[in-house]
Amino acid sequence: MPPQTLVDKIWARHAVASLDADETLLYVDRCLLHEGFWWNIVDALKSRGLTIHRPNNIIACSDHFVPTTDRSGGFAAIADERRRDLILRLETEGAELGVHVIGMMDDRQGILHVVAPETGITQPGMVIVGSDSHTSTHGALGAIAFGIGTTEAMHVLATQTLWQSPPKTMRITVDGRLREHVTAKDLILAIIARLGIDGGAGRFVEYAGSAIEALTIDERLTVCNMSIEMGARAGVIAPDAVTFAYLQGRTQAPRGADWDAAVASWSTLRSDAGARFDREVHVDGASVAPMATWGTSLDQTIALDAPIPDPADEPDASRRDAQTRSLAYMGLQPGQRLRDVPIDYAFIGSCTNGRLDDLREAAAVVRGRHAAVPAFVSPGSRAVKRAAEAEGLDRIFLEAGFEWRDSGCSMCAGANGDTLQPGQRCAATSNRNFPGRQGPGSRTHIMSPASAAASAIAGRIAGAAEVPA
Amino acid sequence: MTPFRVLDAVAVPLGESNIDTDQLAPGRFLMRPVSPELLLHDRRYDREGTPRPEFVLNDPAYAGAEIIVAGRNFGVGSSREFAVLALPAAGYRCVIATSFGDIFVSNCYQNGVLPIVLPEAEIDALLAALKAQPGAHVAVDLPAQTVRAASCGPFSFAINAARKACLLEGLDDVALTGRYRDAIASFEATYYDEFPWLA
Repeated sequence: MPPQTLVDKIWARHAVASLDADETLLYVDRCLLHEGFWWNIVDALKSRGLTIHRPNNIIACSDHFVPTTDRSGGFAAIADERRRDLILRLETEGAELGVHVIGMMDDRQGILHVVAPETGITQPGMVIVGSDSHTSTHGALGAIAFGIGTTEAMHVLATQTLWQSPPKTMRITVDGRLREHVTAKDLILAIIARLGIDGGAGRFVEYAGSAIEALTIDERLTVCNMSIEMGARAGVIAPDAVTFAYLQGRTQAPRGADWDAAVASWSTLRSDAGARFDREVHVDGASVAPMATWGTSLDQTIALDAPIPDPADEPDASRRDAQTRSLAYMGLQPGQRLRDVPIDYAFIGSCTNGRLDDLREAAAVVRGRHAAVPAFVSPGSRAVKRAAEAEGLDRIFLEAGFEWRDSGCSMCAGANGDTLQPGQRCAATSNRNFPGRQGPGSRTHIMSPASAAASAIAGRIAGAAEVPA
Repeated sequence: MTPFRVLDAVAVPLGESNIDTDQLAPGRFLMRPVSPELLLHDRRYDREGTPRPEFVLNDPAYAGAEIIVAGRNFGVGSSREFAVLALPAAGYRCVIATSFGDIFVSNCYQNGVLPIVLPEAEIDALLAALKAQPGAHVAVDLPAQTVRAASCGPFSFAINAARKACLLEGLDDVALTGRYRDAIASFEATYYDEFPWLA
């Protein structure tokens, strides 16, 4: 057999049938749903008279619309009736249909892409799909994982399969050590800045190399999370000893003889020597600096020290036009240094950077200092929140004037009402800087938890290395 | 799903790149049914809900348009199907662009919306033609896989044969997969025997 990539190996295990060379019927191990689209999916399913083929393998979690303040009042305390109804619909209907529901008041509640890894739902070798584009996150544990629309999700519920064109592959090898104050977020932002927001289009990206192997699982989840932001269908990292150690003992992970069999199977999930990728990219990890976005797409990202580009210097007409629009929307001038830009708000959380390692990274910057602007932390799950509190991280944030909130998607997309006012500028650890993403007229600068924490302290965009004492 | 065969209609020269899903269907509308106003809501309307006259989709010269011509990366971002559903709700059934977000394209195929990729030079020619003659038609022929305007084209486009067949017949994937019920059952028997911890 010719050498295979990791993606090819997982794909081959899941191929049920082929229509022609272009379309494979792919078996799906787990489907992740949230209350934002549950109603569309189940309405579509019922309108066709279909039922859920394997309810146990469908995971439904309340994360998009849940409030991040005053959760103690339960559902009744959700002021917005439509949001409350959609959360309750997922939780009651999901239970009736036998789906694995992790509801708003559940001890395990959190963002789907935080909860599934930390409970062991996400496992190597799986095909995981979700009604959310950041389903790419789960590739960090060696799964093929990608977002789908609601009609496709209905298809998965009814058949546990999905029609997919065979994968084109790409490998991004990162060698060298990340420098001090440079995080996994900076690394993925640097990769997207270099490759562009269509740099991974149509491809399954495998991240490899010594700098990737050196990352914790929380950090790997951050890298794979943002694969979608360079247009990739998915991002994946070969499972290794770090992965197995992370999974062992988690409630949904295999146990006993199953665990041994699973580890033996997972250990084969590596790209073979000589495997061919449709594209190969090499990145020197030591060359990466703390990064942030200046514009309204993820390729408009520069080092904190760098000047904001001048569209006049951009030879490509389409990019020049996009840069001009972004500058106007963001209220910035060419040549301005990103780190001189004042901010109005800081948000630490989301499926990109709401895990324990992220909160530790931010707390290390915040400790003993005080926020100059309104700022809050939304841990990615209740489990993350409990673990952070056990370490005293909540005290560090609260004493620095940050709010310490509950878990949810929150101000990443503002679907729960956590939004900025028009024109407000936010240092955010989330994943998208699109116009209006954090509320109409909002201005978002995407960066690492360390940089968002430093920016909150400084009241302007700043890196962890330069916060005032 | 409405079949898609031939569409000869007014086309609007949006031209811009990076029209992301959050612009196409802002997140705060996701808990409501899709309405004709959803598409590019914050680009089309100001905060009071008044149409912005400077935005090309509001230009009366392109009234009744069913085709959008855009730049690169149309539909990048979220998996929200609303970003596609907003198009037919506002009367659009076809987007012609230099490139698209992958999930957006999958969602188009499930909803009878045709995403067409053309090279930049051909997009530029279409945009120039539509700006020179506002309200001009573009003819999209799916069986022949061509795009033509009065003053330019025909331009050929590529499409996966299975996707083309489904669009022509108005079939989404659920209808197709019904034929594979037995294949799925026999796959599952073998699969869970080999990977019992995944059941």
